[in-house]
Amino acid sequence: MAFEKILTRYTNIPNYTGTIDEYIAHGGYQALPKALRELQPADLIETVKRSGLRGRGGAGFPCGVKWGFIPKDSPKAKYLVCNCDESEPGTFKDRMLIEEEPHQLIEGLIISSYAIGCRLAFIYCRGEFVYGAQVLERALREAYGRGFLGRNILGSGFDLDVHVHRGAGAYICGEETGLLESLEGKRGQPRMKPPFPAISGLYRSPTVVNNVETLSNIPHIVLRGAEWFASIGPPKSAGPRLFSVSGHVERPGNYELPMSITLRELIFDHAGGIPNGRRLKAVIPGGSSAPVLTEQHLDVPMDFESLAAAGSMGGSGGVIVMNDTVCMVRVGEIVSRFYHHESCGQCTQCREGTAWLHKVLRRIEHGQGRKEDLDVLLDMCDNMKGKTICVLSDAAAMPIESYLKHFREEFEIHIRGRACPFEGKGAF
Amino acid sequence: MISDETKKRLDELVKRYPEKRSALIPILHDVQAEVGYLSPEAIAWVAAYLTLSPADVMSVASFYDMLHLEPVGKHMIYVCHNLTCSLLGAERLIRHLENRLGIRMGETTPDGLISLKRMECLASCGTAPAIQIDGVFYERVTPQTLDELLEKLRNGRLQGSRT
Repeated sequence: MAFEKILTRYTNIPNYTGTIDEYIAHGGYQALPKALRELQPADLIETVKRSGLRGRGGAGFPCGVKWGFIPKDSPKAKYLVCNCDESEPGTFKDRMLIEEEPHQLIEGLIISSYAIGCRLAFIYCRGEFVYGAQVLERALREAYGRGFLGRNILGSGFDLDVHVHRGAGAYICGEETGLLESLEGKRGQPRMKPPFPAISGLYRSPTVVNNVETLSNIPHIVLRGAEWFASIGPPKSAGPRLFSVSGHVERPGNYELPMSITLRELIFDHAGGIPNGRRLKAVIPGGSSAPVLTEQHLDVPMDFESLAAAGSMGGSGGVIVMNDTVCMVRVGEIVSRFYHHESCGQCTQCREGTAWLHKVLRRIEHGQGRKEDLDVLLDMCDNMKGKTICVLSDAAAMPIESYLKHFREEFEIHIRGRACPFEGKGAF
Repeated sequence: MISDETKKRLDELVKRYPEKRSALIPILHDVQAEVGYLSPEAIAWVAAYLTLSPADVMSVASFYDMLHLEPVGKHMIYVCHNLTCSLLGAERLIRHLENRLGIRMGETTPDGLISLKRMECLASCGTAPAIQIDGVFYERVTPQTLDELLEKLRNGRLQGSRT
């Protein structure tokens, strides 16, 4: 069944470049006046709650519930921070949204700021998004020029300033409290929770941190209603989702689909299947932090609950597909190298655990594995989970456990044979 | 050390934030672009500008991959070596670059022109393997396109971004 594109409706228009005139000509900035003139902030929060919109950054937390945590009676300033630190390996949809449709995000950001009573908002872009940040800066200037930002927006009495803030290369700044630390000009080391950002966030004030894709949904919910949004996809995973499909597929790219889509349909119907007549070996369904799935899971729908029931997670929507030439020990070596590099170093379990995971996986891949290494790996993973300030440690451990669960034999062959049995020996 | 024009831009930048320390990372980007890297003098300048200690500024600068505390080449090539790019040939690109330039990843050519650096996922997996040169993405890169890009870099015909 053809699915109506919501978030990518504009970007599919030929020659569309994302200027404010084009956005408006195709129906943009209609939700903003509706929200400001017809809806009270409390109505908006209620609408987003009823829509069932869940965060698209990784955790899948209900957006309206997050907004509802902001205290109404606090005398402090309230902040909205858009998380555009897209760094989860395998994920590249926020970059597309800001580069190709910046105004959809900005319109969502303005409406969301109004809903939570924010007068100063930031878009935290990862440092490598030099071009994306320039596109956003240009789009913000256009929005100011039309009176969608600044003082007394559209005569409503609502004021809002928005700034783009670029990070400088650190995965951990995608964790919302690491992001806030970084935005305050510090090392991006996550904070202990509670207090959660809704109570004490940016500058110790009530703060909401929302992902780019999450906010980009808001104008559509305002215009077409919570019930319309809730009717898309499975009840607990409502609305469209951008899946970033990469790796061994014919047509890698971002696919906007309802979350009722199965892994099989996504990989084989949309992304064109596995090239060169190879077979599917493994697929990571929600960014590299997500446990791996295999051929037996192909009929699992891509909603948060179904993926969790299959032993993985929806995460960031980054789907990495691997064919049967891929060595899973080498995959573990690459993935653990990443978490080791990105651990902020605050918590011992993570700082030491990620380093040792990488060290042990590397020695197995390079033919120096020891008989006890697989038990050592599992024991380390167990000690890394649920014991740290943030979940980077868990995110490093879960995938490795899953590779061992589904491909233990492959690890044992490396250790017994004292070499990687795959062609090129991990040259990929 | 910092031009009046940059200083004026930073003065405006600081005003965006309720607490001026928030401007630290954007300022470090800007100062690095002007000086070439975050030298001890540059760190001291930024510290004085924001009324922080140099050690404090150094601790922040050392946390982030794009901030360089040692001299780097005029041009910076980032090569993504994360999972999808690796599946699609990142290590081949890395070996090719190292051979062509006669340096290893993490090093700078003796003429000071080019530095190589391994980077984690650049959010370019749909068009992997990906690299960035001076802040600009190049995607679906092959050894052949790398050679063309290096040629353009040497001839000053590759437009970078002020990062």
